[in-house]
Amino acid sequence: MLVKFSKASDVKPSEITSKAFYLDRRRFLKTAAVAGAGAAFGTIAAPVFAAKGNPRVKLSGVRKSKWTQEALGEELTDYGPITKYNNFYEFGAGKTDPAEYSQDFKTKPWSLTIDGAVEKPGVYDLEDFLKPHQLEERVYRMRCVEAWSMVIPWVGIPLGDIIKRVGLKSDAKYVAFETLLDPEQMRGQRRPVLKWPYKEGLRIDEAMNPLTIMAVGLYGEVMPNQNGAPFRLVVPWKYGFKSIKSIVRMTFRPDMPPTAWNVASSREYGFYSNVNPTVNHPRWSQAKERRIGDFFKRPTLMFNGYKEEVAGMYAGMDLMKLY
Amino acid sequence: MTRETAILPQAIPTRAIKPQTIKYVVKPLVFASALMPLAWVAWTAVASGLGPTGPLGANPIEYINRFLGDWAIRFLLLALAVTPVRGITSWTFLIRFRRMIGLFAFFYACMHLSSYIVLDQFFDWTEIWKDITKRNYITVGMVNFVLLASLAATSTNGMIKRLGAKRWTKLHKLIYVIGIAACLHFYMMRKGVQLEPIIYAGICAVLLAYRVAAHLKKKARAGRAENPDRAGAGAAHR
Ligand code: HEM
Repeated sequence: MLVKFSKASDVKPSEITSKAFYLDRRRFLKTAAVAGAGAAFGTIAAPVFAAKGNPRVKLSGVRKSKWTQEALGEELTDYGPITKYNNFYEFGAGKTDPAEYSQDFKTKPWSLTIDGAVEKPGVYDLEDFLKPHQLEERVYRMRCVEAWSMVIPWVGIPLGDIIKRVGLKSDAKYVAFETLLDPEQMRGQRRPVLKWPYKEGLRIDEAMNPLTIMAVGLYGEVMPNQNGAPFRLVVPWKYGFKSIKSIVRMTFRPDMPPTAWNVASSREYGFYSNVNPTVNHPRWSQAKERRIGDFFKRPTLMFNGYKEEVAGMYAGMDLMKLY
Repeated sequence: MTRETAILPQAIPTRAIKPQTIKYVVKPLVFASALMPLAWVAWTAVASGLGPTGPLGANPIEYINRFLGDWAIRFLLLALAVTPVRGITSWTFLIRFRRMIGLFAFFYACMHLSSYIVLDQFFDWTEIWKDITKRNYITVGMVNFVLLASLAATSTNGMIKRLGAKRWTKLHKLIYVIGIAACLHFYMMRKGVQLEPIIYAGICAVLLAYRVAAHLKKKARAGRAENPDRAGAGAAHR
């Protein structure tokens, strides 16, 4: 049941997670207790998934990538704010609702459906599906459309690797993602805040971009439920809502898929939703952002500072219209 | 059982509360209570230094701004509730608190606006101007603030006299528009279709519906008085 990602080249987890562990002592003790219980039964290894109760569990075998904090040159946002200030409307529209109401969310076993224009469609057990992949840490900026931002050390795998594994057919031009639909567990889905289940999509070149990852953790640990456990998308040059959480389905298709916020209000949220300080949003000025923890706002960077990696994909497109 | 009958609304003799008691005890108490939300949020903000790990959450500036907006709309609805509650319970003394409650709505709106200007935008007037002209919910909020300010400015006894009771009453009917606009501002500001602004709008709708009902009733009564024959015919039809 328990997965272990171990390689000789491993970075010591302490190099990655040192900061996280100081911050939330109560959670840390809970984790320690779980680990202790595991040791007592002789099953101590790092699972990819949170057990019931959302304990903090370290992931083993996480490789560093070239997207380190040093390379980014910006301070990490603390574990506390990252896990207590979330937009995850499936668990409620308040910023602290996800942390409060996702604690007993069941992320194991987790079934992932991959279908559409691929060579190897199927319904996979997520844990089995992830086994052959190498986890790596990616320190990215996260820019919410509400004009606040964080720097988050994600743990995940490149989406491109998954795509290569399942093999694209020639008419796969887009990939559509879908979040779990389970109003029983996800209290936010009991009301029509959005058209559930949450849907997102990427163009295939966006999905294959080296920056795009499927994340299973942060701060070197298993993904907390409130951050989209067990399996979520991270596309750092787009507004946060594009990075869909708790994914159960990926469908490869020839046409542009519908996306949740675009369906709710197309005037405000386009399919691309690239971070762009020059495109005026009807609700928030996107020119500046408040980094969580800062008092003063800072200017927002084009493509959230990932211009070099992604601008080429949008060459010749009118980003004022295709926002 | 006798106590239960004693707390029935109609059973409270208004005359039992002396004007002096209202002026020197109840009003100061209401005044102090109305300041509690501000005192709490200000104290908490100062004590936690607006850090991202304090009691106001990871984004205290957003928290404070929304908290103050919430209290502005709550006092607004409270002020709108005075007339219906008074009508239903016959607690006529409530009218003595209406101006104070309305002014607290304005006070919290001022605090809400100030937190936006000082904490959120830090006096970035270009951005503020862009927000007011381009962000629809902020446009609605700002127009509403100006309307509310005009009522606050004309709320003194002196102003009532200067305007004359008739014109003053007419001007202060604006409070209905302000209530609706506040609900609209709230609804527009939240993403998706959220429950909270709908609840506030529902309460506002009930409070305004009471006035419509009261108005129709009055008109019907006046009509009947004018033309007793028709009123009688109507009753016979039913
Ligand atoms: C009568 C006047 C006003 C009332 C009653 C009012 C009320 C509210 C309410 C209830 C909210 C939502 C709070 C929540 O989500 O819990 C809100 C949000 C907001 N209001 Fe107002 N408001 C008023 C005027 C203004 C003005 C004049 C401005 C700025 C020029 C403004 C700017 C904002 C902003 C920026 C937010 C959203 C903050 C965020 O996104 O977190 N409001 N207001």
